[in-house]
Parts: sequence; structure tokens; C-alpha cells
Amino acid sequence: MPKWEHIAGLLGLITLIVGHYLGLFWAPPERMMGDVGRLFYVHVPVAMFAMLVFCVAFVGALGYLLTSRMEADWLNEAAIEVGVVMNVLLLMLGSIWGKPTWGVWWTWDPRLTSATVMLLTFVGVILLRQATQSPEKRATWSAVATVLAFVNVPVTYMSVKWWRSIHQMQSTPETVSEPMVFVFRVNLLAMALLMTWFIARRWRIAKHRAMAEAPAPLPPAPQVTS
Amino acid sequence: MEAGSAWMLTGPNGSGKSTMLRCMATSLKPHRGHILVDGTDLWENRQTLRAEIAYLGHELHVWDDLSPRQNLQAWNRLGRFEVDVDALLERVNLEPHRDHPVRAMSAGMKRRLGLARLLLKKPRLALLDEPFGALDPEGRELVLDVIRELRTSGTTIALATHLPRIGAQACTHGLALEAGQLLWAGTASGLLERLP
Amino acid sequence: MNVIRQTFEVLRKELLVEWRSPARVSGLFFFALAMLLMVAFASPTEGILRTQAGGTLWISLLLASTRSMDQSWSTEMEHGAAEGMLLWPVEPVAIYYGKALANTAILLAVTVAIFPLMVGLYDVPVRGDLSMLAAIAVMGCAALAAPGTLYGLITAQARGASVLLPLLMFPLVVPALLAASRGTMVVIEGDPMLQGSSWLSLLVAFNAIHWSLSGLFFGRVLEDG
Repeated sequence: MPKWEHIAGLLGLITLIVGHYLGLFWAPPERMMGDVGRLFYVHVPVAMFAMLVFCVAFVGALGYLLTSRMEADWLNEAAIEVGVVMNVLLLMLGSIWGKPTWGVWWTWDPRLTSATVMLLTFVGVILLRQATQSPEKRATWSAVATVLAFVNVPVTYMSVKWWRSIHQMQSTPETVSEPMVFVFRVNLLAMALLMTWFIARRWRIAKHRAMAEAPAPLPPAPQVTS
Repeated sequence: MEAGSAWMLTGPNGSGKSTMLRCMATSLKPHRGHILVDGTDLWENRQTLRAEIAYLGHELHVWDDLSPRQNLQAWNRLGRFEVDVDALLERVNLEPHRDHPVRAMSAGMKRRLGLARLLLKKPRLALLDEPFGALDPEGRELVLDVIRELRTSGTTIALATHLPRIGAQACTHGLALEAGQLLWAGTASGLLERLP
Repeated sequence: MNVIRQTFEVLRKELLVEWRSPARVSGLFFFALAMLLMVAFASPTEGILRTQAGGTLWISLLLASTRSMDQSWSTEMEHGAAEGMLLWPVEPVAIYYGKALANTAILLAVTVAIFPLMVGLYDVPVRGDLSMLAAIAVMGCAALAAPGTLYGLITAQARGASVLLPLLMFPLVVPALLAASRGTMVVIEGDPMLQGSSWLSLLVAFNAIHWSLSGLFFGRVLEDG
């Protein structure tokens, strides 16, 4: 039986291919950086969605803490894993961008550094999830750790910014040309569809795993003899 | 369970005696079903009801590095009970060891400390899991004494034991469990008669 | 009011346990001291030690704290005292704040003992304001203790706790580590630009966030544990 998220996934893949074609061949080269600037179409959507997916994990965590419903925990689990994949992708793209623009693969700039710290915190949450058998404990611990990790992201960013800063100005749609905005939006849509697909799939895996782990129901109670 | 009654739970290992007591102590959340106290759900109202339930399990709930006296004082102050700790230590015959660290004490003496800790609270419901384990005959008498004393002050008792002949000396009712199911319920003396 | 009194009682109990078995505090002290020596052996020149002093101090304390936080819970787990407190008429919040305050005090004691040794070993000239240094030390230790006390309870019950606790704590305390290290350094070297106070305010903000959030979640973690 086809699930709704597969439609989102298929559309996402098509949009991703179209977006990449437009970004690589149709859009004009960036004025300052030339062809390297085309990374913008992938790097920025990935960065935005890495943050957004962790927001979803945060919502799942809060949902579990407030309602104790396992559905919220599955959302938390799904979004954290997808977020970690996106975060790794983000760091790789950042490095690839960094080499031609700054001349180094790695610099201790606030965004790069706080993204790395963010990755480490959420990897910690995944490892914590694996360290326990009890679904309730796992859900509570993971929810608490997610909230702390999430709240810590802006604090880390601020602290590293005070520490040292050389990252370039944020790009806003006003400073870039018309076709660039269009291609960027296509890629953003692709990411939105793909993330929906990933999280929904991972949520279902978590659900089925929980069903498989659940203890078998007790046999009916026998009559009391007295 | 009416006030002042004492219920004895028996059954082989793994029959669910300890689990049942832990659920009643709000240490475990029942997977299904509810425990009702005066008609209200125990788990939902655990914050308020915990003050009235005392539980002595396999774990003694003590700090190894402190002496019996310091342990009882700490629990006393935490719960704001204002009980005379020294009198309590005398009651359970720990007076001579009151300043040694718990770490160095024998299993039987630790059980006595656990019993004293139970008496700090003035519970409406006291839960004892294998209270006679590791105790000498004199210690078992002490436990029976404490149960009788609690009952006269209106405390309801539930105790799990694999020594029903001892337990029955202070209990009114008996329950037999096996594999998580209730096999038999009746009076404590009735339970003894049915034993092989 | 009741919560404050209970917090004080938990703190008192904690300090009594430390007093009766001082092995833990002395263990932490020698652990931190060994770290200072090891860093010296691993450094190419002595000049680097001097410029790295603040960071080395706080890394030593951070590593020592990850050892102490799960120990602080293992004494509670040994005979189920943690569960005992949950079932006793005590507010869980009071258990958290009592233990976190005790952990802060222990770390602070180690800091006070280790700092003069570091000044001597690394030949660090202390030029700055000592009261600012004390404030940074207090806030830095509190910043390590707040998440450590919460995560210590979690990892004490998890498999592979010895690796898990540092893994969870290290990325979380990055802001605190940065602020405490830089703050200590600017105060040691003399602080004409008054940067110390901005690092201190970062530490205060970190503490405000983590002391309140961890206190909020602690009851839930203890209950489900």
C-alpha cells in the first residue's frame, strides 16, 4: 500500500534534480565567487533545514514531556537522526565552500563551530537512546537531552562569536539576483519535500520497532479459588 | 483492605509479589489496570499519597558511607518527621552500632536499619518485601512485633514472604500468587492450612 | 519555603557523605593535578603552558567533574537511596538543587586547591583582579555542576555510562568552558579592556538557563528512572 509520504519523496527527488540542473547550468555565475557561488543553492537550504529538522525534534521532545505519548517520542527519534545526517552534510558543504573562498577547509568561525557542537550534542542524544532498553526511560531522557541541546545552540553560537569571528555576511534575497532567488526557492522546496519524506519514513520505522518491542498481552485471568 | 488489616503475599519466585508491592509503593507504574486508594487512583495521586505509604523493599534506601544514626537523621529531617532517632535505634537494637558506617554492617543489621527507616514515617499503608530475610529469630520477632504495633495504630500492612508460617503469626489475610496471577485469597490461617 | 529547607537538608546530607568518605574529593584533586602535569609533558615549550593556563585549568576541572558526577549518583544507587528520596515526602526539585549545590562546592574546593599549584607549576603571573577571578571560578564550577548533576543521574542508569557522560556533557558546556577559560586568562594577564565582566556575564546567562531547565526536568527523570 503506497503511503502519502512516498509522493512527497518522489516530488522531492524530481524537484531536487530540477533544482540542481537549474543551479548548475541555468542560473548565471555569482558575481563575486563565480561558479563556486553555485554551492549557495545547496548549502543554504541544507543549513536552513538542518536547523528546522532539529526544531521538529524539539517539538517532539516537548510533546513527549507534556503528554507522555510515544508518538511524540518517535517524532523526536526520527527528526534527530535526520537532523544529524543533514548536519553532517552541512559541515561537508561548508568545508567545500570554505576551501576556495577562505583558502582553508576549516576555520573556527561561529557558524561552522556552533554547527559542529550542535552535531556532537545530537549525536550524544542518539547514543543515549541506544544506551537504554526501557522505552519510557529512553523517551524521557532523549526528550530532556534534546531540549537542553536545542536551547544550547544559540548560547554556543553567541559564545563562539565573542571568541572569534570571520564568517561573511548572511545572504538575504535582496542582495542576490532574480534568477538566483528562483533557483534557491526550487531547492528549498525540494528540501522541504525530502525532509518530510525522511522524517515520516523514520517515524514509521520507530513505530514498528516499538510495536515489535511491546510485551505480548497477558492471558486472561483464571478464576479465583477460595 | 480495611485499616489495620495485614495481608500476606506468598508464591514462588517470579510470581509477582515484589512487583505488586512496588506498584503499591508507586515505585513502579502499573502497565495496565489501576490501584485504588479510598476510591482514587494511586498513580495519579502519587505526590500526595507517597507521604502516607512506607515501603521496605530489597533495596534498603540508605547511604553506605553514613552511620545508622546519620542515615535516620537525614531521612528524618528530609521528611520533617521530628522523630526521636535514638529511641528508634534502641527499638531495633542498633544502639551499639549507631555510629559505624552502614558499609561495615552485616546484612541482618542493615535490615534492622531498613525497618527503623520504615518507622520514621507514620504510614497508613506499610509495604514489606521479605522482611524476615537475613534476620535471626530475635530479629524476626522484632519484625512481627513492629507489624502488630503498626496494626494497632491503624496502619494497613502488605508483606511479601516465602516464610508464610512466620508471617501468619501477625497477619490477618493471605494471598497466593503464581506467574502474576492470583491463585487463592482468604484468611492467613486458611492459607496455612492449604500449604503442603 | 519548604523547598528551600529541603534543598538545604539534601545539601547537608551530601556534604556529610563527602566528609565521611573524603576519598572522592581527594581523588578529584589528584586527578586534576595529574592533568596539569600531563599537559605540561605534552607541551613543546613552557611558554605555551603560560598562555594556555586558563584553558588547561578548566579542561582539568571538566574532566574531573565528569568523573565526580556519576560517582555522586552511584552512592545513591547502591542501596536505592535515590528511589527512597522519590518515595519520601521530598520535592524532587530540592534533591536536584541540593545535589547540584554540593557538586558545585566540591568542584570549587578542587579549584581553590589546584589554582595556586597551577600558578606555581606553569609560572603564571597573576596580574588581574582576584575578586573577578573568584566570581568566574564560582560561576564556572556551577556551570559544570548544573548539567552534570542531571546527566549523572541519567548515565548512572544507562549502559556504558563512563563514556556517555563526557559525550553528553562536553558539547553542552562548550559556552561555559569558553567563557571560563577566556575569562580566567584575561583576569590572569591583567584586564585593561575589562573583558572579564563580559565573559562572566556569559557564564551567568549559561547558569541561569541550565539551573532552571535542569531543575524543571529533574523530577521527570527521577520518576521515570
